[in-house]
Formats: sequence, C-alpha cells, structure tokens
Amino acid sequence: MENYGFKGPIPIIILILICLPIIILYGWLILSSFAVRMEGLKPYGWTLNNWKFLLEKPTFFWQAGEENPNIWVYTFNTLLYSLGITIFTIFICTTAGYAISRLSFRGRRPLLALTIILHSFPSITLLVGIFVVLLFLGLYDRLLGVILVRVALQLPFGIWIMKGFFDSISWDVEMASLVDGCSRLKTWYKIMLPLVSPGILALSVFTFLSGWGDFLFPYIFIPSKTSQTLSVYLRSLTADVRFVDYGLVTAVGLYYMIPIILLYIFAQKYLLNIYTGGTKG
Amino acid sequence: MMLKIKDGGNPRPKKINWNLLFFLAPAIILIIIFFFVPVFLTFLMSFTNMSTATGLTGFKIIGFKNYLQILKSQWTLKILKNTLFYVFTTLSLFNVGTALFLAIFSTHISENAGKFVRTLWLLPRITPSVVYATLWTWFTAEAPYGVLNQFLSPLGISSRNWLMSTPWVFIILINGFVGASFGMLIFTSAIKNIPPDYIMAAQVDGASTFQTIRKVILPMIRWPILFVTTYQTLSLLTSFEYILLTTDGGPGFYTTEVWALYAYHNALSNYYGNTLFGFGAALSVFLVILGIIFSIIYLRVFNFRALISEPKIEV
Repeated sequence: MENYGFKGPIPIIILILICLPIIILYGWLILSSFAVRMEGLKPYGWTLNNWKFLLEKPTFFWQAGEENPNIWVYTFNTLLYSLGITIFTIFICTTAGYAISRLSFRGRRPLLALTIILHSFPSITLLVGIFVVLLFLGLYDRLLGVILVRVALQLPFGIWIMKGFFDSISWDVEMASLVDGCSRLKTWYKIMLPLVSPGILALSVFTFLSGWGDFLFPYIFIPSKTSQTLSVYLRSLTADVRFVDYGLVTAVGLYYMIPIILLYIFAQKYLLNIYTGGTKG
Repeated sequence: MMLKIKDGGNPRPKKINWNLLFFLAPAIILIIIFFFVPVFLTFLMSFTNMSTATGLTGFKIIGFKNYLQILKSQWTLKILKNTLFYVFTTLSLFNVGTALFLAIFSTHISENAGKFVRTLWLLPRITPSVVYATLWTWFTAEAPYGVLNQFLSPLGISSRNWLMSTPWVFIILINGFVGASFGMLIFTSAIKNIPPDYIMAAQVDGASTFQTIRKVILPMIRWPILFVTTYQTLSLLTSFEYILLTTDGGPGFYTTEVWALYAYHNALSNYYGNTLFGFGAALSVFLVILGIIFSIIYLRVFNFRALISEPKIEV
C-alpha cells in the first residue's frame, strides 16, 4: 500500500490549483472589509470605518427620511429565526423519530415511506402554495410563520436522522426502564434523549446553520423591515448596483459569517456526519 | 420476554393512544399544513386566474387556460432549453464531475491535505447565499474592481463585467462550486468504505494508482454515482436561489431564466407588481409532478424498502 496514491510535485500543483479560486474569493472578503478601497485583490489603505455599522446604522442618501433598524435588530431577528427553527425541529424530530423507530402502530410503514419520499421532494416548488397557506393562517409577514414553514420542510430529513440514532440504541436499556415502571413518555425523556444526544447535537448545529444562512424564505415571506433577517438586510445593501459600498457590504458579510465559521471549526465532525449520513437514506 | 406493557399497540380499539398522539401529532400536523395542503393548492390554483388583483377571493376558475398560455408563450421553449442546459452542464461538470475528481484526489494524497481540500470545498455550501453571491459579483466586476479582470488584463484581454457578458459560464460556476461538495462527501465516504484488501490485491498484481482507480474504485462506487446524479438532477431542476441573487434571469430577456425562477417571478415577484398566482402555480405544477416522480423512483430504485425494516422489538 505504500506506493499507492498520488506522489510527487504534480499533485501539489493540482492541490493548489483547485484550492486557489476558493481562497481568492474568501480572501477578498476579508481584505475588503478592512480596506479603504480595493482594486482586484489589491487593497489601498487600511481602515476600520467599514465596521462602523456595529455602532451606528448606516444611512444612505436615497433613503433619506426612512427609518431603518440597526444591525442588532437584524442580528436578533436572525438569531430568533434560527433558534426558533432549531428548537421546533429538535422537539418534533426527536418525538416523531422515536415513534417511528420504537413504537408499533398501524400506518408505521406508510409513514416511513412518506418520510423518505418527502425527504427527496423539492419543497421549493411549493412556494406559491405555502404563500397562500400563510396568508390564510394570518402568518404571512410574521417570523413565526416562516419558522413553521422552515421546520416543516426540514422535518422529513430530521426525522430520518433521529430515527437512525434511536435505531442504534440497544433495546435492553429501554426495556429496563419500562420494567422499572417508567412510562413510555418518561423513558423517552429520561433515558432515550440523553442517549441520542450526539444526534441531537448534530441536527441542532446543522439546522441552526441552515437557518442562519437562509435567504429565500425570509425574503419572500417577511417583507416588513422590522422583522427582517441579516441575509435580507445584506441583500438590500447590494440591490442597487450603482450605489454598492463594498467596504460596508463585505464587513457586514463577514460579521454575518462569524457564527458559521465558529460552528464550522468546532462542530465540523458532526456536520460532516450529517451531510453524508443524512443523504445515504 | 413475556412482558406486558399497558400502552402498547396491541389491538385495543376505541382507546386513544395518548402516547402516539404526543409523539406523532406535531410532525403530522406540520407535514399536512406545509406539504399536502400546498401541493393540493398548487394544483387547484393552476386552474384559476388568481393574482394580486383578484386577491384570495375574487378569482375565477378558468380551466386549462394557464396551461394553454404556457404552451403558446414564445418564451416557454427558450426557458425549457435554458433549464436543460443549466441542469445538464452543471451536473456533469461539477455536481458529478468535479465532485468525483475531488473525492478521488483528496483520498489519494496525504490524509491532512485531503481533509484540507474537502473542508475548503465545503465552504461555499455553508456560506449564506447572499454573501456567496456577493463574492462572485465582485470577482466578475469591471476593472479596476474585479479580480478576474485584474488577472486577465496582463494577457491583453479587455475589461468587462464577466457576469453580464458571459452569464452562463458564471451561473454554472457559481452553482457548481456549491454543488460539487455534496457529491464529494458522498463519494469520499464510499471510497473510504471500500475494503483495503481490494486495493491491496490490485497493487500486488502490479496495477498503478490510475489503473486501480479505474478498474477497482470507480466500479465499486457506481451506485453512489448513480444516486448523486439523480438526486442532484432534481435539486438543480428546482433550485434558482443563486441565479436570482446574481443575474436574476438576465441580462436582457430571459437569458439565464430557468423554469423554477420563471415560476417564482410570475407567482411571487414580477416587474409589474401584479403577481399571477394562478399562472405561477401552473408552472410549478410541472416541477411538483417531476418532484413526486423522482421521489418515488428513489424509494423504488434505491431500495429504501430494505431500510424500512420493522422495529427490532415491537411493543
């Protein structure tokens, strides 16, 4: 096996070539957020002015008189949005995942088949229908409405993941608890949930990250400025190509990516598991 | 194990199983409200002239007129061609092609270098789409701002906005850099799961690394390749977020407009302010049907039935 694999200088050159585009893209983001002006990858002068948005809200001449929320409102909304999605998702997926893995009831097989079908169903095609449902329920333009939509669309995936984790727990543990007189509910809560905590952690990180970066759903379903998320705010900064202040845009973009980069570094092991595990079926 | 547990699933009709209700009701309610009802509504709305002007109550049922309009529209053929071109090119070059290359390459160099490549290539996928789109609009911007023009000007290529002058190249790159990571992860774990004995046997027989890849590894991961191909076909057919954020279907009339984006534009955001829910729904129906067909194929072809085994012990 020692001679197996690519050796010598050519693989190193290929390695650099395939990594370079990504390093350039993200390198520019970091440089530009601290630069007075950028020409290509070349910064002209350093400044912290781009980051002033943290202290005062930027105003633009074409928005004179309009009241814009500051960055903390958008951050809070984004946090509320992604935490909301995470909490609902975890609760519903641990309950339903447990039921499908451990309880026997009529309709279990069809339910499982349905989960798998919905798992691969492209929910983005339902935007029009969901829009009308939200209008009808009075949840249009409200954070809660979008949260529920996102949770629902994430469910088949999450239930499937949690079912897998419950499946891997030995039945003996649960049996012992039931013999001791614990109810099914108490067993689920006291015995099973701690045992699947790696699964809960993985699903939480994944759900939080995907919620944090979400654009399309908040953009379409929450038009009001006061409950907008960071992604929609960032989009509004770049919407008019003529007036884009790229220093500001890159600083906000980098600020927006901080939680993602942190979770990415510290929870990568869990994330990689879920990206592959979740799609293997 | 002669154990009797009171709230089991043994035939005991006419008694509400509160446990089951607690565990399943939230999931089922949400799935009905946000999957079944919208699918149903999409079909129903496609037979109406519902729009911002008619509101949710003042609409009329117009039969198949929306569908006839799709057939008659001069843009339909162009958008269909765009969609097929977009899906086929992105899929073959990136979601499968680059993915396969990255997976094989990163598993045949040192462990750490391989991990580095995969980590870096996962970055576009976890970057918020709005930030990611900004990176590319800047990369392709006119001189003196754009990075690409900075690289190309020493070669004597005149400055231009690359996203607007060669939109398809960049639409495919932008989507491809995100799309490649999915296949890359699947293929990597498939390659790592190949028993080392097979590779060793090939080595003993004197096969080179390239021969081993071609004769041993590729045949052994053909199932994951098929899976990624079909799965990503569907997700490319229905995705439009990055196109919306970069060219928004332009420049000009429907240059990079794909079917899913066309449906979105008509139903939820058009230039005239009067969005046509009915017409947009009719456009979505095609994608919904494709989605249902594909999903059922997965269930059948990929033998998911084997995964739906009964719980180990029934209570």
